[in-house]
Amino acid sequence: MVESFVFAVAAVVIVAGAVGVLVNRNPVHAALSLVATLFGVAVLFVALEANFLAAVQVIVYAGAIVVLFLFVIMLLGVDQSEDLDVEPLIGQRPAAIAIGVVLIIGLTGVVLTSSLTGAPAAHEWVRDGAEVAQIGRLLFTDYVFALEITSLLLLVAVVGAVTLARTIRGETVDLDEPVPVLPGDPVDLIDEDVE
Amino acid sequence: MTPAQVLALDPLLIDVDWGVVGIVVLKVVVAFTLLLVSVLFMVWFERKAVSDLQNRIGPNRAGPFGLFQTIADGLKFFMKEDSIPDRADRRVFVLAPYLAAVPAFLVFAVVPIGGDFSDGNRGVIRIFGHDTLMQVADPPVGILFVLAMSGIAVYGIMLAGWSSGSKYPLLGSVRASAQMVSYEAALGLSVAAVVLFSETLSTNGIVAAQVPWGWNLWATGLVPFVIFLIAATAELNRPPFDLVEAEQELVGGFNTEYASFRFALFFLAEFMNVVTMSAIIVTLFLGGPAGPVLVGPGWMWGTIWFTVKLLGFLFLFVWFRATLPRFRYDQLMVLGWKVLIPLALGWFLLLAGLKVADGADWNPIAVVAVAAVGLLAGYGLLASALWAARRNRELEGEVSI
Repeated sequence: MVESFVFAVAAVVIVAGAVGVLVNRNPVHAALSLVATLFGVAVLFVALEANFLAAVQVIVYAGAIVVLFLFVIMLLGVDQSEDLDVEPLIGQRPAAIAIGVVLIIGLTGVVLTSSLTGAPAAHEWVRDGAEVAQIGRLLFTDYVFALEITSLLLLVAVVGAVTLARTIRGETVDLDEPVPVLPGDPVDLIDEDVE
Repeated sequence: MTPAQVLALDPLLIDVDWGVVGIVVLKVVVAFTLLLVSVLFMVWFERKAVSDLQNRIGPNRAGPFGLFQTIADGLKFFMKEDSIPDRADRRVFVLAPYLAAVPAFLVFAVVPIGGDFSDGNRGVIRIFGHDTLMQVADPPVGILFVLAMSGIAVYGIMLAGWSSGSKYPLLGSVRASAQMVSYEAALGLSVAAVVLFSETLSTNGIVAAQVPWGWNLWATGLVPFVIFLIAATAELNRPPFDLVEAEQELVGGFNTEYASFRFALFFLAEFMNVVTMSAIIVTLFLGGPAGPVLVGPGWMWGTIWFTVKLLGFLFLFVWFRATLPRFRYDQLMVLGWKVLIPLALGWFLLLAGLKVADGADWNPIAVVAVAAVGLLAGYGLLASALWAARRNRELEGEVSI
């Protein structure tokens, strides 16, 4: 009873948040709805006794990722309603509708053909509350390849972001060519007649 | 339906021990009241201590030694006109103060504020025939809960600034979000060093692991403590990291447009965060309520030691404010990203190496030597990268490479 009550409340919050992300025209309101969804998922993790995952869910997603979303929205000043008449990617909307319909059919099929198994809570697998130790061991043994690939992916993303953010001004100099004096060099090296 | 029938719907509530429920409710009420009272005291203490340090008298009108000054201020806030700017985003504007205040309250729930930790006791006290801990809750991931709440606290400040629809609050909140997200990394890494030694995430377990004098302060080699203290000051937006509300440049920062009760909530949240963050430092590094029992019941001494340690840190934060000039924004970012985070990572590596060596019976001196070589190599790489970046910036605008 308590479990189904918690599930019902969390599910309502999750779905309402997800709908809010889609319906809100204002990007900041949409981001806040996303926070509500993430919190609902964290509550479900707690209900499954996966406390560590719940904490990480809040720290990483609500505490860092959505904060960065909001930061970008504020910094770029895109906190106005979007003009939806222009379609930046041709064929994007029909494709989205088609994929959405396929997804709904697939999900409905899964729900109709399966039955509720009543999957056990996380404590069935966790020995002596050593949840963190078990997750760590799994990550660095069975799933170490996936972990390393993920870190590589993040590194690529960081390098890409730095490259995109770098502004290049002034005339281009090829460092392989011998250049007598660079403009940033100490003043006494520069010819005084430059001006 | 009678209340008994309603409760009978839930198999978990049929044989509920109402004594346990009563104790939980009592603990929540006591913690809430204690936090509010300590905030009242903290505001007075800060104003009085700062005025002493600056050779002024400070509040001395309301009550003895001006002790009721905060209550008078609070009453004044309630009497003021509540205003919402025309260009504000109304819903978010109203929501933001609560988003700031609620996480500040919640963190206090996992702080052990008393209990007897001597002679292998784990802080358990008996009350009305039930064993309980002197903290509202002791979840198995207690310290992660603290980090999560300090991550959530940024929303209040951020949304307050954005929703005001005004220039200076927006600048303040953009600064706040960048600052708090940056320093959270250093904060988390220094907590990891503590968790490495305590081998538990529960706050009660962390305190119990430091009994009697094995404080994490020296067990982790002082560096994580210093990093945590600096990062915590930045997370609290306290001087010298109070760029969020730098009054000389930003009018009043993120809360410029707020008045009345909503402003009071921000004020409350700020001072509540100072109290809870000091309590967290005491828990993590100074053994929380653990300490010797002199005379009388053990649980009483737990609370006394906790209060003494807490007061020390409260004064430290006030002292920071009275002594240190504000950082410039680029200095703040350099300190966070180029000093604190690499240092915390390197130190964590060293501690982890020593821990493994301890278990595997390796020679600790060899481990330290290898770690030192590795850390020096890392430092060299970092330093050369920083040098290259600085050189690039010097050339920028004149040539590109």
